[in-house]
Amino acid sequence: MGYQAHFRVWRGDADAGELRDYQVEVNEGEVVLDVIHRLQATQCPDLAVRWNCKAGKCGSCSAEINGRPRLMCMTRMSVFTEDETVTVTPMRSFPVVRDLVTDVSYNYEKAREIPSFRPPAGLAPGEYRMRQVDVNRSQEFRKCIECFLCQNTCHVIRDHDDNKLSFSGPRYLMRIAELEMHPLDSHGDTGGDRRELAQAEHGLGFCNITKCCTEVCPEHIKITDNALIPLKERVVDRRYDPLFGLFRRRGDRT
Amino acid sequence: MTEIERHAVDVVVIGAGGAGLRAAIEARARGMRTAVVCKSLFGKAHTVMAEGGIAAAMGNVNPHDNWQVHFRDTMRGGKFLNNWRMAELHAQEAPDRVWELETYGALFDRTEDGRISQRNFGGHEYPRLAHVGDRTGLELIRSLQQQVVALQQADFREFGDYEAGLRVFAECTVTDVLLDGGRVAGAFGYWRESGRFVLFEAPAVVLATGGIGKSFKVTSNSWEYTGDGHALALRSGARLINMEFVQFHPTGMVWPPSVKGILVTESVRGDGGVLRNAEGRRFMFDYIPEVFKEKYADNEAEADRWYTDPDHNRRPPELLPRDEVARAINAEVKAGRGSPHGGVFLDVSSRLPAAEIIRRLPSMHHQFRELADVDITREPMEVGPTCHYVMGGVEVDPDTAGSRVPGLFAAGEVAGGMHGSNRLGGNSLSDLLVFGRRAGLGAAAYVTSLGQDKPVVAMADVDQARQRALAPFGGSPADGPPENPYTLHVELQQVMNDLVGIIRRSDEMELAVKKLDELKRRARNVVVEGHRQYNPGWHLALDLGNMLLVSECVARAALERTESRGGHTRDDFPQMDPEWRRALLACELARGPAGAEAEVRVSRHVQPPLRPDLLALFDLAELQKYFLDDELTDHPRWQLRERA
Amino acid sequence: MTAPTQGPGRARIHARTLRTDRWWLPPLLTFLGLSAFVIYGVIRAFMNQWYWVGEYQYLAPFYSPCLSEACVPGSSHWGRWFPDLGFLVTPPLFVLPFVLGFRLTCYYYRKAYYRAFWLSPPACAVAEPHRRYTGERRFPLILQNAHRYFFYAAIPIAAVLTYDVVIAFHGRDGGFGIGLGTLVLLANVVLIWAYTLSCHSCRHIVGGRLTHFSRHPVRYWMWTRISWLNARHMPLAWLSLFSVALADLYVMLVASGALADPRLFN
Repeated sequence: MGYQAHFRVWRGDADAGELRDYQVEVNEGEVVLDVIHRLQATQCPDLAVRWNCKAGKCGSCSAEINGRPRLMCMTRMSVFTEDETVTVTPMRSFPVVRDLVTDVSYNYEKAREIPSFRPPAGLAPGEYRMRQVDVNRSQEFRKCIECFLCQNTCHVIRDHDDNKLSFSGPRYLMRIAELEMHPLDSHGDTGGDRRELAQAEHGLGFCNITKCCTEVCPEHIKITDNALIPLKERVVDRRYDPLFGLFRRRGDRT
Repeated sequence: MTEIERHAVDVVVIGAGGAGLRAAIEARARGMRTAVVCKSLFGKAHTVMAEGGIAAAMGNVNPHDNWQVHFRDTMRGGKFLNNWRMAELHAQEAPDRVWELETYGALFDRTEDGRISQRNFGGHEYPRLAHVGDRTGLELIRSLQQQVVALQQADFREFGDYEAGLRVFAECTVTDVLLDGGRVAGAFGYWRESGRFVLFEAPAVVLATGGIGKSFKVTSNSWEYTGDGHALALRSGARLINMEFVQFHPTGMVWPPSVKGILVTESVRGDGGVLRNAEGRRFMFDYIPEVFKEKYADNEAEADRWYTDPDHNRRPPELLPRDEVARAINAEVKAGRGSPHGGVFLDVSSRLPAAEIIRRLPSMHHQFRELADVDITREPMEVGPTCHYVMGGVEVDPDTAGSRVPGLFAAGEVAGGMHGSNRLGGNSLSDLLVFGRRAGLGAAAYVTSLGQDKPVVAMADVDQARQRALAPFGGSPADGPPENPYTLHVELQQVMNDLVGIIRRSDEMELAVKKLDELKRRARNVVVEGHRQYNPGWHLALDLGNMLLVSECVARAALERTESRGGHTRDDFPQMDPEWRRALLACELARGPAGAEAEVRVSRHVQPPLRPDLLALFDLAELQKYFLDDELTDHPRWQLRERA
Repeated sequence: MTAPTQGPGRARIHARTLRTDRWWLPPLLTFLGLSAFVIYGVIRAFMNQWYWVGEYQYLAPFYSPCLSEACVPGSSHWGRWFPDLGFLVTPPLFVLPFVLGFRLTCYYYRKAYYRAFWLSPPACAVAEPHRRYTGERRFPLILQNAHRYFFYAAIPIAAVLTYDVVIAFHGRDGGFGIGLGTLVLLANVVLIWAYTLSCHSCRHIVGGRLTHFSRHPVRYWMWTRISWLNARHMPLAWLSLFSVALADLYVMLVASGALADPRLFN
């Protein structure tokens, strides 16, 4: 049943830090977060870790486990062998607050820069009618639990911090796609253009579709195939396809 | 004294779940400068865990539904202990609150004709729950979060500052509500990240902190659920009612140990899942209480027909209110007919095709596959009761959500009364929206009514709050060994689980009260290591005080109520007693003689009588099962009964 | 400008990656696979012989359509548009740019070569070796947005390859016949079509650009079919890449006489 596992946990803050070694008990059926909690309760009560629901629904306990961006609550210890060292570090693309906790305010700032859903004019609450087939796509994107693992793993900012200014990351490009595909969003009717915004303001062109966002998504959202590439194609409609411009029918939000 | 970070606002909302965000949106819409303070990151509140849906009588799937039916179901579910005015407002306003979410961008699952789809749920007569698969709570919180952002964008366009009218203080904990002459003057707290203190000067505080589940060992609640709002209310002079009623959700995961308690949504049963014991028997047919006999099927054939023809068949007993199902599971396990890990089997694999299960219950499928290595499309789940919700909370005025402390409001799980002795599934999300909005309105109206007469924070109170918060860093205690907050927390959870759990007895609860006293004494000796920056040991030490205070309320109120009703089941008093129906137990913190510590006192009060027109919504015969005769003289059939 | 995986305030971890799995294997295999194809393609394009088997009417895919005066007799079915420009400008050079352009701008291949050749990034959560990164925002990578035009071009080419299969049902006696080569060409053309239609641009054009599927039931139906294929775009990309090279190699071997085509019927 139980065994002693070797953990290496990054301890430190913005000024300094290191990987520290711990021997800690692991029991059947446990996940990495359980082991981190055991460390907290028995060996280092001030080990900082952010968590909440412990069921993969809130997206708080994002970290990197053996170098892979993952939710600690959804990483079962049974995927490691008993003699394997388990290394846990904070997400590496965001400033660290302490130990495993990072400052994710970048994401909230980007969220604020995307024009919100604009309700359709002339429809009172309760009068909205939408078909299931028309909401399926946006519903997939709304499964997002905002764990920011996609943001963390995306090399555009992970390896180039200076791109944070002009690139909003997969989560927020997907948010634009969600609104762009929302059957009742009227942003376009009032002169707005989410495609243009995605390209010009939020850096869709930075994306080189290497799909790491999709790989790390704990909700298994097909971010690249269903949000980013369709959004890129819509940008092509808008910006780069002269023929489409010629043949475009009036009111192409059909 | 060092300078402290100060924010002067009109309304402080504590908690950023459904109720808190809805309150903040309303307060901001009424022109209030509003601060939302939450322990987690913005958008992570426990509301995301809600799965099944939002109950609202829109009648999209069954046109017979209306607010009166919803009201009836809610009262029945709460065994008529509910505050009727809250239940009335809730049933009337829930549809508008759901439709409003669509204007924020929410995307619910749709009916064929494009309206919001509604699903069946325990205790609801008609399909009533607006939902998005089984992640409705996430949709709710995301929609509200995005509406907050929309309002901030409007402020940015007007003032060049996103946070001019509405600011979210994430990862910030409020430890004290500050008063001025009995009125709310502000709130004191600390940033979890830096450990630095922060002072909010505000004449109105809305408590929206959720529940108390973290006082129990097996719970579906997250770490945030430490009863902070309940404790803040008590310490500010407000009263808590119905604290003896704690809902154990019948279906939590039981294996593996590390996820024990995590919720398995009721939609599994709403969509056809059945409960079986180790012998393979659908045991719920053996547990239909007398009062529900007319509404629930007594054989499998009829129960199965109900899914396709609900108008001509009675409901399957798996969809009884949660307290009934939880007790039934508990009884089966005690009788030795449980599953290998001490639960019962919940099977949907033999009831629906695999693809349909994945479509309707995606996150359950995911949760079991990832956490328990169980494929719910092929094998049954193992489930058992888990502490899920506290019906009790701050006593408030139904229309304004105001407590008896001027300026202190409460909405959502932290408020009491709405759900009586037992909450129906789906009624919590609608509760958050209906009363979150009303709390925002109530707070805004109160602040406006104050005019220039604003309460002022006394710096002495701020100093005291600071000292209280720093106490755990005080070094070795004088009267005993230093205590570890984690150890105390585990002991508290064990006490509450074993002695004030799903089935209660007076001797056990007396023991619990004694043990809680002891824990309270030891908690004064809690010592934490390290410094204030993001220190979870310190955070827990502060939360522990709240949990102990609230647990004491639960234990003392439970000891007092000598009957079984809803979320309060007593081995020694197994019957429901109509005399107790009109009794409300209220907890308050009574100041002892000078120097002594304040004590929890429980007092008995009379429930306000049901308004005659609402009484008339029920059959007299049904009411007679719950009410005393002298309470029913206003019922229109009463005179006829006399004549007959 | 900052060094990879470093930035102001970030945890000071200097390892390029802490991954313990063999993350370098997939990009290495991609590198080898694509390199092998390119090398084969270059050799084959300048080989300028052994692409037409007159007896069975097998035309090697790399030389189809053959549009030059230099094409061997019988191999041009669509006219000889271009003069013979000598051994440096062989017939494939008039068609290959379109075929390669389609694959080069394909959303899957982009991922594959950005990872395997440009190491940007080599694998998830593994730092890339570049100091700067600008993505597909400027010349030349902004040209990737022309993918749909290459998709348009890929359709007639796939149609020509289909025609090649039809005429490859050709027997020794001039009538109907089936050889192993016919089946090889047939398998190849099926994979080419599957790859072409599973393209992300195709998915967009067919229906993805619509906001209200419910108003366009036919296009919605097509979109669901294409989406099903699209989910398999990566395997189709590799399978069709192998199949086109293998089919070409097979015809080359038969045309050079190194291999006798086994006949199944006539």
